[in-house]
Amino acid sequence: MPKKVVSGNYAAAYAAKHARVEVVAAYPITPQTSIIEKIAEFIANGEVENLQYVSVESEHSAMAACIGASATGARTFTATSAQGLALMHEMLHWAAGARLPVVMVDVNRAMAPPWSVWDDQTDSLAQRDTGWLQFYAENNQEVYDGVLMAFKIGEHEKVNLPVMVIESAFILSHTYDIVDMPTQEEIDDFLPPRKPLYTLTDFDNPFSVGALGTPADYYEFRYKIEKAMENARKVIKEVGKEFGERFGRDYSQMIELYRTDDAEIVFMGMGSLMGTVKEAVDVLRSEGYKVGAAKVRWFRPFPKEELYELAKNVEGIAVLDRNFSFGQEGILFNEAKGVLYNTDANPVMKNYIVGLGGRDLTVNDVRVIAKNMKEIIEKKELDKEIEWYHLKR
Amino acid sequence: MELPADVKKKLTLPAEEHFYAGHTACQGCGASLGLRYVLKAYGNKTIFTIPACCSTIIAGPWPYSALNAPLFHTAFETTGAVISGIEAALKAKGYKVKGEDGIMVIGWAGDGGTADIGLQALSGFLERGHDGLYIMYDNEAYMNTGIQRSSSTPYGAWTTNTPGGKKHFVESRPKKKVIDIVIAHKPAYAATASVAYPEDFMRKLKKAKSIKGPSFIQLFAPCPTGWRAPTDKTIELARLAVQTAYFPLFEYENGKYKINMPSPNKEPKPLEEFIKLQGRFKYMTKEDIQVLQEWVLKEWEELKKKAEVFG
Ligand SMILES: Cc1ncc(C[n+]2csc(CCOP(=O)(O)OP(=O)(O)O)c2C)c(N)n1
Ligand code: SF4
Repeated sequence: MPKKVVSGNYAAAYAAKHARVEVVAAYPITPQTSIIEKIAEFIANGEVENLQYVSVESEHSAMAACIGASATGARTFTATSAQGLALMHEMLHWAAGARLPVVMVDVNRAMAPPWSVWDDQTDSLAQRDTGWLQFYAENNQEVYDGVLMAFKIGEHEKVNLPVMVIESAFILSHTYDIVDMPTQEEIDDFLPPRKPLYTLTDFDNPFSVGALGTPADYYEFRYKIEKAMENARKVIKEVGKEFGERFGRDYSQMIELYRTDDAEIVFMGMGSLMGTVKEAVDVLRSEGYKVGAAKVRWFRPFPKEELYELAKNVEGIAVLDRNFSFGQEGILFNEAKGVLYNTDANPVMKNYIVGLGGRDLTVNDVRVIAKNMKEIIEKKELDKEIEWYHLKR
Repeated sequence: MELPADVKKKLTLPAEEHFYAGHTACQGCGASLGLRYVLKAYGNKTIFTIPACCSTIIAGPWPYSALNAPLFHTAFETTGAVISGIEAALKAKGYKVKGEDGIMVIGWAGDGGTADIGLQALSGFLERGHDGLYIMYDNEAYMNTGIQRSSSTPYGAWTTNTPGGKKHFVESRPKKKVIDIVIAHKPAYAATASVAYPEDFMRKLKKAKSIKGPSFIQLFAPCPTGWRAPTDKTIELARLAVQTAYFPLFEYENGKYKINMPSPNKEPKPLEEFIKLQGRFKYMTKEDIQVLQEWVLKEWEELKKKAEVFG
């Protein structure tokens, strides 16, 4: 299998190329820029055929052009970050509502003000109700694999929904690592050309998409999106398993479990910070802590059953959120607690807000968190529910 | 229908209908006529994109459509971008776009969706040179949300957010010249048209299809509801707008302007004839009408000069 040393962004660009995307419409924003630059380079060098690149005048238009292209039957890709994603928000609803499997890489970046170009998950999590599937990558390999799987899952006849593949700013986007890439033939075999649900070129049977939905019908349209999300759970597991069989990296779990079998305390989180957490788990294990890591790969659809299975067997879950919903709590924490209510799983749960705006989370930080969790479990008393771990005092 | 023997009529428009009865426009709606002509001109090998506007409603609620052509409804400000994406996809997939037997990609948007919120996407569409046609149907206000002013609303007009009252507050700014902004992009083809002159409109539609690159047509489409005008005056109003030079008909191609007025040697009629038929101008004083009249003639002279110099 060919290996390349690439940044997370280049991994995304190569995956789009290998997926044989037909239309890319995008607008530059740091730190996403090198994804679309690389794609432009592929075109300039004649490395891709039949790829139309539309350099639009804004992210709002990028997503609008993507929905137009996807509705015409093309395999469509774009990428953005933070302010760009926020500007797209309205059109994210259109992509999902029109059931168009656009694939987008979002490079997680903190929202301004103050300006920040560094990692933070609030931009993508703020889009959680738009009907997009969301996959959080831990490393460059997962960015690459995630984009390939995103097309297969989003375009699946039982899904037909857009998919966001999310990588962290600079930690992945601009950091080089070895990425295994299957050959083009292997990928073509895994990912055949798209078979759209409908296309605007059906002149013999013309119809309208997105017309006024009266109270007599709108409700059912929403329900169908939810059905597709539910279907996506199964499709994600199937495609993840198939990916493992073909390429050796298994993604059949929506939550990747790391040394959780006999764990008393589990650290749960998403994205690149889970690499550090896994390393910390190894260190802590050598120090006698019974800890494990649970990396939430898919945030939408939310892996409810897998979370329940995990939560049943542990004493405490430390949820590490690199994001915050003002007036409430970390978003993953909020979702996880919601899932476990009304079940018999009742671990102690504490929310650690970490690394906002690119602040580093170190192995030692995870050790401090582990100690805190251990104390809470021993005392059988939560000191507080939400801790802004990095706050300067 | 058989015509009486003493009536001689020559049908100059295609008899074929691709815009169905059963659409939900108001009586006398100019925009709906416009849609009908576009479909007559192009037949159904046409992909429409319609943003939020009256035409969203006119086309009919799900699962119906009054258009015998594929139609993608989209967000208010995105027409230019969506048609760009559709065109790009057609090209990626190897379809023939435009020309005799090619697919026509059309954005059909109101004046608000074009001159205001959609201007950025329109500019992008024009500047990037996509093979599509953007038609702005100009009813001079936001009708779908209940008659609010747009930047295409003329001086002196009443709307619900320039209501006119004791302090004489009506639209105080002149109509934005969207077509001039379009022409500044040097598109392949740009033209004004009117629902009162369907042959002229059809000819321009045909031209837009034959030319490579982005085209733009600003179609004057009276709205009896928003203009507070009788529903049987639509054509008369559209005709008067041309005859008074309030909305002159012209084309722009390859840097050249060409005025195409129905009676080229006639002086413009007094604007008052156009104004007095509409309730939206009821707050205008004699002086206000004079202000608008002078604006119209000044713009008209300017256009004639352009046609002379760049003819
Ligand atoms: C982002 C956004 N803002 C506001 C609206 C509400 N809206 C829908 S149609 C419309 C006015 C449309 O006016 P115009 O484009 O002139 O077309 P007309 O209704 O006159 O045919 C407005 C303001 C919207 N749909 N989307
Ligand atoms: S409000 Fe005006 S533009 Fe809208 S449907 Fe009625 S007549 Fe046509």
